[in-house]
Amino acid sequence: MTGLQRAAREWLPPAGVIVAALLAWELGVRALRVPDYILPGPIATWQAIWQWHRAIWFNAAQTLYTTLAGFALALAGGMGLGLAIGYSTLVYRALYPLLVAFNSVPKVAIVPVLVIWFGIGTVPAIATAFLISFFPIVVNVATGLATLEPEWQDVLRSLGASRWDIFRKIGIPRSLPYFFASMKVAVTLAFVGAVIAETVASNRGIGYLMLSASARFEVPLVFAGLVVVALMGVVLFAAFSIVERRLTGWAYRGQVGIGA
Amino acid sequence: MPAGGRPADEAFVRFEGVTLDYAHDGRAVRAVEDISLSVRRGEFVVIAGPSGCGKTTLLKTAAGLVRPTRGEVRVGAAAVAGPLKIVGMAFQNPILLPWRRTLDNVLLPLEIVAPYRERYRREQAAYAARARELLAAVGLAGFEDRFPWQISGGQQQRASLCRALIHQPELLLLDEPFGALDAFTREDLWQVLQTLWMERRFTVILVTHDLREAIFLADTVYVMSARPGRLVSRTPVDLPRPRTLEDTFTPAFTATYHAIRRQVGEGRP
Ligand SMILES: Nc1ncnc2c1ncn2[C@@H]1O[C@H](COP(=O)(O)OP(=O)(O)OP(=O)(O)O)[C@@H](O)[C@H]1O
Ligand SMILES: [Mg+2]
Repeated sequence: MTGLQRAAREWLPPAGVIVAALLAWELGVRALRVPDYILPGPIATWQAIWQWHRAIWFNAAQTLYTTLAGFALALAGGMGLGLAIGYSTLVYRALYPLLVAFNSVPKVAIVPVLVIWFGIGTVPAIATAFLISFFPIVVNVATGLATLEPEWQDVLRSLGASRWDIFRKIGIPRSLPYFFASMKVAVTLAFVGAVIAETVASNRGIGYLMLSASARFEVPLVFAGLVVVALMGVVLFAAFSIVERRLTGWAYRGQVGIGA
Repeated sequence: MPAGGRPADEAFVRFEGVTLDYAHDGRAVRAVEDISLSVRRGEFVVIAGPSGCGKTTLLKTAAGLVRPTRGEVRVGAAAVAGPLKIVGMAFQNPILLPWRRTLDNVLLPLEIVAPYRERYRREQAAYAARARELLAAVGLAGFEDRFPWQISGGQQQRASLCRALIHQPELLLLDEPFGALDAFTREDLWQVLQTLWMERRFTVILVTHDLREAIFLADTVYVMSARPGRLVSRTPVDLPRPRTLEDTFTPAFTATYHAIRRQVGEGRP
């Protein structure tokens, strides 16, 4: 099979489904004469995107910024806390129930509190993105450490390695693929968090754009916002899937199972 | 190099009544029972026995990875209470770290064992040269930069042998290092190991379930019974060295083989 054929085999089915869905959507809207202020068709949506592309671009950039800022904080914090939890049973026992409780709280419920502390704007969006994407990173990194192969530990122990040596030489490298694997899940969550916070408490961002458009009954613009949100989500997920693949070449050789 | 100038008949390693029970489902499972044997400095001892008789367990007591339930192992003057830096161990599986290239896998002990670890940064080039030399000695020249999953099982086993030797241990513990290999590779590695040992004269305890391998390599062959592992025989092998594969078909070799077999048979209940 040539590279071209393989690419075709990989891309044709999803592309076909998307085209078919768009077609069905447009035809359905036309056949049933659904007005634009209830459900605009893809063409009307596209026209809205084109008409508002400056505003969309501006707000999408803002959302991207808050998403990535919150995600970066979550990466650093999640890696740190995950390693601490994986390293020390004491830290694990002390923090795990709290973390689970914290993760069970719907993050939308926290946004008003963030608004009280930080006011309307960028900070609550970054904070929400951070809060919502932090947990899966912690869990994944801790899992990587908790499932260290006893044989690897024996190799190091037989050399008289300390717990800290074992942590440095195999614990951290072993948890990295888990960390990378958690990134693509976490970045999608961070994005969701940022958009949610913007709809509740912001004057910028794609979430805010959609909310204000719906307040003005500019339904095609709402749908334009939805499409852009979906596209950004896919792009972020794909980008970090590639990052993961790049960074964990050996993990894909079946040496290590990847926790989701 | 270890062993230089010391009396050859000094007991370097002593197992004294080593018994080990594993706790399993709340019950004690006896893996090895009352093992006593001593190993001279520079001696090549092979312990042979059927699968599950406690060979790995016995080696782990010498490596300081598990404590005997009763009895003790002495290495040098002291009882083993934990891993010793003068010991190198190669495990039943190669267990190379998949994110390290072969060379870096071999260098691992030097990053951990004193006094090498303190000098590691300064001496890195010299250490790498030593690792390359060792890899070349086992036939892995040119494979230094491959990852473990890019080399064959036999090559991984060779690399694991290098890792056990790189910090120039006085005592080398080998757990069925060739058990999973095909006959050709296995016999090739017997010779590699024999050559290394004749050059460097470290003390070796190797466990195996292969009597031919045992006789080819050993100064002394011990045979263990099935679980719980007990010693059933001790046989000195005084075939001249270096031994060749042809030697394994000589009457002297075959006679030793049959003698050991017979003792094992008598040892059965
Ligand atoms: N961690 C453990 N917990 C409980 N039982 C164990 C444990 N490790 C080994 N055993 C048991 O102790 C016995 C001896 O095990 P060991 O691994 O030492 O055997 P072995 O001689 O090395 O076998 P093989 O040749 O198959 O490697 C076996 O019956 C095994 O089931
Ligand atoms: Mg074993």
